Amino acid sequence: MSVTKSPQAAGGSTAPPSLGIRPPGRRAALRAAGLLGALLLLVVVLALSLALGARPLSLGQVWHGLFDSGDVVVHRMRLPRTALGLVVGAALGLAGGVMQALTRNPLADPGLLGINAGASAAVVSAISFLGLSSFIGYVWFAFLGAAVVSVLIYAVGGGRGATPARLALAGAAVNAMLYSYVSAVELLDTASLDKMRFWTVGSLAAAQPGTAQRLAPFVVVGALLALALARPLNALALGDDAARALGARPARVRAAAIVAVTALCGAATAACGPIVFVGLMVPHLVRSLTGPDLRWQLPYCALLAPALLLGSDVLGRILARPSELQVGIVTAVVGGPFFLYFVRRNRAVRA
Amino acid sequence: MAQTATRLNGSGLTLAYERRTIAEHLDVTVPDRSFTVIVGPNACGKSTLLRALSRTLKPSAGTVLLDGQDIHTVPARKVARTLGLLPQSSVAPDGITVSDLVARGRYPHQGLLRQWSKEDERTVTESMAATGIGELADRYVDELSGGQRQRVWIAMALAQQTPLLLLDEPTTYLDIAHQIDVLDLCAELHAEQGRTLVAVLHDLNQAARYATHLIAMRAGQVIAAGAPGDIVTAELVEEVFGVPCRVIDDPETGTPLVVPSAPRRSGARAEPAAAGR
Repeated sequence: MSVTKSPQAAGGSTAPPSLGIRPPGRRAALRAAGLLGALLLLVVVLALSLALGARPLSLGQVWHGLFDSGDVVVHRMRLPRTALGLVVGAALGLAGGVMQALTRNPLADPGLLGINAGASAAVVSAISFLGLSSFIGYVWFAFLGAAVVSVLIYAVGGGRGATPARLALAGAAVNAMLYSYVSAVELLDTASLDKMRFWTVGSLAAAQPGTAQRLAPFVVVGALLALALARPLNALALGDDAARALGARPARVRAAAIVAVTALCGAATAACGPIVFVGLMVPHLVRSLTGPDLRWQLPYCALLAPALLLGSDVLGRILARPSELQVGIVTAVVGGPFFLYFVRRNRAVRA
Repeated sequence: MAQTATRLNGSGLTLAYERRTIAEHLDVTVPDRSFTVIVGPNACGKSTLLRALSRTLKPSAGTVLLDGQDIHTVPARKVARTLGLLPQSSVAPDGITVSDLVARGRYPHQGLLRQWSKEDERTVTESMAATGIGELADRYVDELSGGQRQRVWIAMALAQQTPLLLLDEPTTYLDIAHQIDVLDLCAELHAEQGRTLVAVLHDLNQAARYATHLIAMRAGQVIAAGAPGDIVTAELVEEVFGVPCRVIDDPETGTPLVVPSAPRRSGARAEPAAAGR
């Protein structure tokens, strides 16, 4: 992956020996090693997600099940769910990382711009007024809602002259409005309420074979765009004037970033409902590992966010066995305190 | 006026923010390999002019020519390889280290498939050495003093490796020692590396001492331009700043030294041109 290409280790000829500093090459090696660690963690969580649930399987059984298409538990339940968690987690992590860079706001998450809310409002309307119940229908309505809100926010936030603060404010207002709407529809239409309630909490349980595959194209496109934007967003982080002086085009970068976030959030929200916490937390954790360079941050997000999401999902399956807790609840309940601890510790280190 | 070699000039510029017009029919030339300093009272449009010259602000009329081409028709990346800018307000991302910030200056030399190279590495090291911040490479930018931080930003602009470098008030908010420090650094970059520098400065005496070419502005107009020794007179200072003064030779460098008259007459600052006519 070109995006994670590490700086060449500074050879003896280029690094002046007089300066007693850590050569940047070694820091890159550290970051690359960390990325490998994140990948390993994700693989472990994927295995756990396939193995654990109402009927625990041994890793050997999972391995056999993967190649035996007759294995119902693995093929019809665990695999779709795990694949969905992987795709959605990566989408949320990347979207959160891009959002925090775009708005220069460490509190930004895919919910902040109202994009998740737009997707939710569209899906809820479709369920309630059009009687929609197919997953593919959700996806298109979610995208429609996400896209409409993105365009709206971009226009209200100032179009080509958009500033991070105006984008965030416009998003917060639209977000509040749309969630009130979603709540209102849910309260008025008790018949569809149950279906919607699970959806708006955020759950991976609805996964069917093929769900992840249908989302994958959107997420892959969004992810590639996000990774390609890492360097321009790095420039934008220095302020618009500095970014222009470096040859970046802030208006264009912002528009492209919103497109990427829309694709990623629309897909994730359509499948699982608005799972908000992952997109806020993971970029934060990652930043303290990689520093503010998005060329490292975003790949880390793409690996660690699905690890967190699936880890929470597995935990939700174990804690409430034989029933289960929705993943959106587990990420917030378990992740919240951990996140608080982390924010405090981080400040202590830096102070 | 004698034709001077120039890579950067503006002609017939009208500069405006939304509805507020800052300057009209402005002509300005940056002589090649000069250390040009723009001076003038607050709100005279000097920073706005610098923004126009650096393509950060698009003029509502007139053109800025970079190497003979309208700067707004040249691809952004090509401009950024020729002309660097140190803006007045830049944001250092939270938790960024000095070397990482300097490395962001390499932006116009990189691409999607070329995120980092040996040459980037070498240039960043050189830029930090040239600005004397090599020892700070691994420090966090937000831990540094104002003077050190300004050096970091200058190093970032150097890493961009542009023959032209524009600096918007590089000495503001610095104490006198750090002001001199930054200006000495600029003079060094100009003299030793042959770069063309354009800076906006507030201190007239510092401008007269360091500039090879001085542009004095008032109310969106260029009042005078030339070598400081040729143009800095008591009349000019009074006309531009509304400050009655004497101009003597700087005992250190022989450049003009502006000494405001004492006691200052009340009201003189309010009516610049009226005094003495």
